[in-house]
Amino acid sequence: MKDIADSYVTEDGRTIGKVLMDMKNITLRFGGVEAIKDISFDIREGEIRAIIGPNGAGKSSMLNVISGFYNPQVGEVWFRGEKRPPMKPYQVARQGIARTFQNIALFEGMSVLDNVMTGRLRQMQTGMFAQALWWGKAQREETENREAVEKIIDFLEIQAIRKTPVGRLPYGLKKRVELARALAAEPELLLLDEPMAGMNVEEKEDMSRYILDVNDEFGTTVALIEHDMGVVMDLSDRVVVMDYGRKIGDGTPDEVRGNQDVIDAYLGVQHD
Amino acid sequence: MSADFLYGIEVVINGLMAGVLYALVALGFVLIFKASGIFNYAQGVMALFAALTLTGIMSGQVPFSHLINAIFGTEIHHFGWHVPALLAIILTLLVMIVFAWAVQRFVFKHLVGQEPIILFMATIGLAYFLEGVGDLMWGSDIKKLDVGLPQGGSIWVEDATAFLGGDDFYGFFIDKLDMVATVVAAILVIGLVAFAQYTKQGRAMRAVADDHQAALSVGISLNFIWVLVWSLAGLVALVAGIMWGAKSGVQFSLSLIALKALPVLMLGGFTSIPGAIVGGLIIGVGEKLFEYTIGAPYLGGATENWFAYVLALIFLVFRPQGLFGERIIERV
Repeated sequence: MKDIADSYVTEDGRTIGKVLMDMKNITLRFGGVEAIKDISFDIREGEIRAIIGPNGAGKSSMLNVISGFYNPQVGEVWFRGEKRPPMKPYQVARQGIARTFQNIALFEGMSVLDNVMTGRLRQMQTGMFAQALWWGKAQREETENREAVEKIIDFLEIQAIRKTPVGRLPYGLKKRVELARALAAEPELLLLDEPMAGMNVEEKEDMSRYILDVNDEFGTTVALIEHDMGVVMDLSDRVVVMDYGRKIGDGTPDEVRGNQDVIDAYLGVQHD
Repeated sequence: MSADFLYGIEVVINGLMAGVLYALVALGFVLIFKASGIFNYAQGVMALFAALTLTGIMSGQVPFSHLINAIFGTEIHHFGWHVPALLAIILTLLVMIVFAWAVQRFVFKHLVGQEPIILFMATIGLAYFLEGVGDLMWGSDIKKLDVGLPQGGSIWVEDATAFLGGDDFYGFFIDKLDMVATVVAAILVIGLVAFAQYTKQGRAMRAVADDHQAALSVGISLNFIWVLVWSLAGLVALVAGIMWGAKSGVQFSLSLIALKALPVLMLGGFTSIPGAIVGGLIIGVGEKLFEYTIGAPYLGGATENWFAYVLALIFLVFRPQGLFGERIIERV
């Protein structure tokens, strides 16, 4: 893998900046089980970074470490050039790291609009009394946030279901609403846990397009977990490959594809 | 209009006002249930505790005086001052907020992710604990609560409605306190709905009620929201405590009105604020009207004690989720 000094420009003309998130020697244990064993990798500004690996490789655990749902026993998490102390998930979210979940975690009883609005909590500053009474500044703030949210709703083409309670939506749309909520936070780093799981080919293509557009238009850094190898290789700039909690490969899609360890992990290896 | 008919109307009006008070207690249940999925058995005791604290502060009583006297052999009971009602209400509210924080910090923080039945049992424990603390702090004698709310029948309403009937009709008798309670409850409900629908904390509260993980991932602190919810329930308990306390004195039986909230909730649905209000009104009017038309003449009276439960039971058979409750449909 080539050594990248500061920033570079990809073939399709996007600029990849300096390191945004740096994971150093992360080890995560659950009792006696080591879910992640001494893994280091970084995520650069503006890139789409994929984490792949067979089932149980520790991919989701890794994402949960980044988003603060788990705190690793060993290792350091560096964000924006600063070492991050152990944090609660809501504190991580307030730092500008948004995420989606493998098994969709939406507010089922609330409308799509309200769901996406919860993503704006970070941006809303006025006190609760002013908001309840709809006072000057609060009103302006609510309007501004609504505009931002409507932009995202437009962008993801979910205008038609704005007022629908999320519980009534089909699976594919729920995934999209979850992405909308994450985007509403205007995150610096967007974490996607299997954004295309359970989708048909057409839905996958849509989702891929949205991810690329998000990255391109908003300049959002994306880290994603995905099973569909075709999708991963098309989307991502760099790929981390995990197997049984270890990192077995790291590099551009082409580099990873040619890596013997990766091939073994995915296709199995002959034992003699 | 016949005297009987007019009297019937009076019964309905008084039923509505009683219903408002039921709704007030039910509202406390709904708030906590919606936001944290906990059915708070302690809501009634919270109302009692709030009322006790309010009278205690107003009359300048020394909290834990029996305990202090027993340990140190002193004889102190009163600070010797009287606190104005408004200031005492604010102080009591602060006490309820501290209580909310303590409940979250020492009980429910450790029970995150437990089964609803375990959370429910924790609130039963909480109810008995709080009852004991209330006794220990302020003593167990019956107290009068007078925060300056008007008492007795409204002459104005009587005069204004006297023309409806004949010479032997003196107008509707409506308790002034009930009228105040109605206005206060209306303000409280509008305030709470505005809070839940239009503020970021309200939205966060609804979000937490729906999905903890998702709430965390958008930057909501669960602890903060739960303290907030218990504080709101404390506020509702305080208002209910003031109204019921002014009506029937501050005593242990105040905590039993919470049981009256159960049929209200079955009727209105556990998850709906409008449901709590409508349910309260239906129960209030229903039991008064039933007592007037059937109970007193044919059943020997005192039907108000059980009518609400029977009505709720019948309701359960036909509409288990209540009038406004969310119907839970699981996709299979």
